[in-house]
Amino acid sequence: MASYDVVIIGGGPGGYNAAIRAGQLGMKVACVELRETLGGTCLNVGCIPSKALLHASELYEMAVNDFAGFGIDASVKLNLPAMLKQKEGSVTALTKGVEFLFKKNKVDWIKGRGALAGEGKVAVTGADGKETTLEAKAIVIASGSEPAPLPGAEVDQLRIVDSTGALSLPDVPKTLIVIGAGIIGLELGSVWRRLGAAVTVVEFLPRITPGMDEETAKTLQRSLTRQGIAFKLATKVTNAKAGDKGVELTVEPVAGGASEKLKADYVLVAIGRRPYTEGLGLESVGLKTDPRGFIETDHGRTAAPGVWAIGDVTHGPMLAHKAEDEAVAVIERIAGKAGHVNYDVIPSVTYTYPEVASVGKTEEELKAAGVAYKVGKFPFTANARAKVNDEAEGFVKVLADAITDRILGVHMIGPDVGEMIAECCVAMEFQAASEDVARTSHPHPTRSEAIRQAAMGVEGWTMQA
Amino acid sequence: MTDIMTPTLGESVTEATVARWAKKAGDRVRKDEVLVELETDKVSLEVVAPEDGVLTDIAAGEGETVEPGALLGRVSAGGAAAAAAPAAEAKPAPKAAPPGKPAAAETKTPTSISGVTPVPAQPAQPAPGGAAQRILAPSAERIVEENALNPAAIKGTGRDGRITKGDALAALETRAAEAQATQPVQVAAAAREVGPREERVRMTRLRQTIARRLKEAQNTAAMLTTFNEVDMSAVMALRNQYKDAFEQRHGIRLGFMSFFVKAAVAALKAVPDVNAEIDGTDLIYKNHYDIGVAVGTERGLVVPVLRDADMLDLAGIEKGIAELGRKARDGALALEDLQGGTFTISNGGVYGSLMSTPILNAPQSGILGMHKIQDRPMVVGGQVVIRPMMYLALSYDHRVVDGQGAVTFLVRLKEHVEEPQRLLLDL
Repeated sequence: MASYDVVIIGGGPGGYNAAIRAGQLGMKVACVELRETLGGTCLNVGCIPSKALLHASELYEMAVNDFAGFGIDASVKLNLPAMLKQKEGSVTALTKGVEFLFKKNKVDWIKGRGALAGEGKVAVTGADGKETTLEAKAIVIASGSEPAPLPGAEVDQLRIVDSTGALSLPDVPKTLIVIGAGIIGLELGSVWRRLGAAVTVVEFLPRITPGMDEETAKTLQRSLTRQGIAFKLATKVTNAKAGDKGVELTVEPVAGGASEKLKADYVLVAIGRRPYTEGLGLESVGLKTDPRGFIETDHGRTAAPGVWAIGDVTHGPMLAHKAEDEAVAVIERIAGKAGHVNYDVIPSVTYTYPEVASVGKTEEELKAAGVAYKVGKFPFTANARAKVNDEAEGFVKVLADAITDRILGVHMIGPDVGEMIAECCVAMEFQAASEDVARTSHPHPTRSEAIRQAAMGVEGWTMQA
Repeated sequence: MTDIMTPTLGESVTEATVARWAKKAGDRVRKDEVLVELETDKVSLEVVAPEDGVLTDIAAGEGETVEPGALLGRVSAGGAAAAAAPAAEAKPAPKAAPPGKPAAAETKTPTSISGVTPVPAQPAQPAPGGAAQRILAPSAERIVEENALNPAAIKGTGRDGRITKGDALAALETRAAEAQATQPVQVAAAAREVGPREERVRMTRLRQTIARRLKEAQNTAAMLTTFNEVDMSAVMALRNQYKDAFEQRHGIRLGFMSFFVKAAVAALKAVPDVNAEIDGTDLIYKNHYDIGVAVGTERGLVVPVLRDADMLDLAGIEKGIAELGRKARDGALALEDLQGGTFTISNGGVYGSLMSTPILNAPQSGILGMHKIQDRPMVVGGQVVIRPMMYLALSYDHRVVDGQGAVTFLVRLKEHVEEPQRLLLDL
């Protein structure tokens, strides 16, 4: 029986980063992964392929709509199979990259379904049905999450698809209905709208992107509406009937009222994700999930000795970088070091156009907590780089403590803000005041100047607006 | 060449005044010989020569204010040999020891001093936690520079002790609060011209501190005074009966103070609020009874502290007070003799005061005023009789102590003095 210091169940961003860190620290480590490739949801059917399509579709739309305005006359034609192939290529390159990192850090990649089999044991069932058992001093559960199903709208991946199916539609739908106005639904809805689909988003709640700073969310909704996405908020789906050529949805207002039938070529169910704990063998070590299916932990440590859990199977935002942070912290703690995750400073990015990026508290959260705060806001219409690029939508908003000026949250909407938020994370990690950012040199002309100007705005000395 | 540095002055003491140089530049000095006297808010202390040699130069002249770690002067080692060329030695100003590891030095520096000559035998240390070693956020750096704050004195709450903007703002606020208390005194002193039949004398540090702290107490506390009176017959009778035996047995005279201290401790136990202090939005209740006893000296009023008075018997209290009084008159009080009292007793009666309203000794919440014992006609059981009476005053911080508590305190104290057998029975 093979014996390890650490066995990790799951090869996604939580699992593969845990494996790499364990290898770096000199542990004997194995990573058990069900898929044929490493990288989990993120690399295979999540962040990475969706970003490939978002980027490609954005270039396409820009070529169609905006080139002429810059003095470029071009005739543009969509080649969907080639676009999907480019996406597959990126995914393959990146999953191979993780394989390389495993070799570099002497991580044993074990293909098969991993399950706990009593204290210190992980049973692996291979594709051929053969079972092997691994011995482990420590076990890290990093089995991730899966799309949550919607009763009444069973996903068949033909006409009713989830986020995985929506990454590989065989043709551009004329009409697409997205159920769920969360980040995933809006991103994939945007992809197909740019490629030519008429997209309608149906959302149960009266707002889009729950949890997002409300002002930012409203701005995003206005922008997406202008682009042609239709929103049906406070609306619930009661039935979905898939046929050969399309789907017929029955929807009705949440508040009650007449139901309505909507027809579309495809329906994307994107109402959220749920922790993936099926067949994990939790009961073999006396573990149970909470009512929503999550594994409860104390800084990664479960109630069972020697068993840890990270990423989407635990509480907190289902984000790859959150899983990655937890992976490093948990492995370091297993190694006797002082691993720690600061949950107050985990950024979130929505890769629509414009992008939305945020870190820390929203205005709504601060109000609810009774915290006195100041706001500094700066619009991209006054930012030189955004102006010359003719992409001046959006703003940066900095929230800071009214007394100490410490930054409590930053919310941005605009092109490329996903690349800009990390500055704010570093600042917050060091308990910076808005004035600290305001007094830090930012290169001109860049979009990042908007952050500085917004930070100045907290104490009323924004200079360029 | 050894730098003579200002020693650490004890908790809450941030600066001292150079009172007198005992040596002139160029004088030969012997190890442990007094070089300079410093005066702080609370005590005077002497700095001695760390080794035999020559005092080559004086960096801080008389009247100058120095902070702990500041350069006072330099002594060149080597006795006679070095004495030959003091002028040449004085010219270059070698920096204090290289930065080294000031963080470690800071933690090792004792935080209070044990006597009046606390100069380390070792060569002087670099200034604890100099500005260069503290990491300031850009905003904090601005605040420090604009307001001439000492970054070494700011507590950093940021990552790895970095000073955040909030820390700097808090330091600024603390200083503003302190400045507010002293400002009127300074302004008045600077503005007025001295007439021909007047004389301007600089207040000693002790006087300045008394002035500042009294005003601080008045500005901070919601202070008011409640009165009662006590019939001293029983205590006086007890004392007359046993004073010789007591003195013979314990080698100390039996006075009234010990009874009042005992009675005050009993009253503090009955009304713990009077033994508490306010800290921000919290109250700190003290389960120890360290009683400050105000002592007048020729330099001014000082309030040395009688530790754990609840543990002492009458003789122990009398001895403790006598020792503190002696030290106060000799100017030999150490800083720790003056710090950390939980309640104060002031006896204006020794000067003949019949009635007064004492001012709190911040951050304490109560102060007892004792007064002159005077025979007065009292009505006892329907008859007018002559009784030795004393008025009692309790000034208290109404933010902490309710009127009921204050009155109860004085009544309890009065009962214990009028019936001293209660002390024996722990009633």
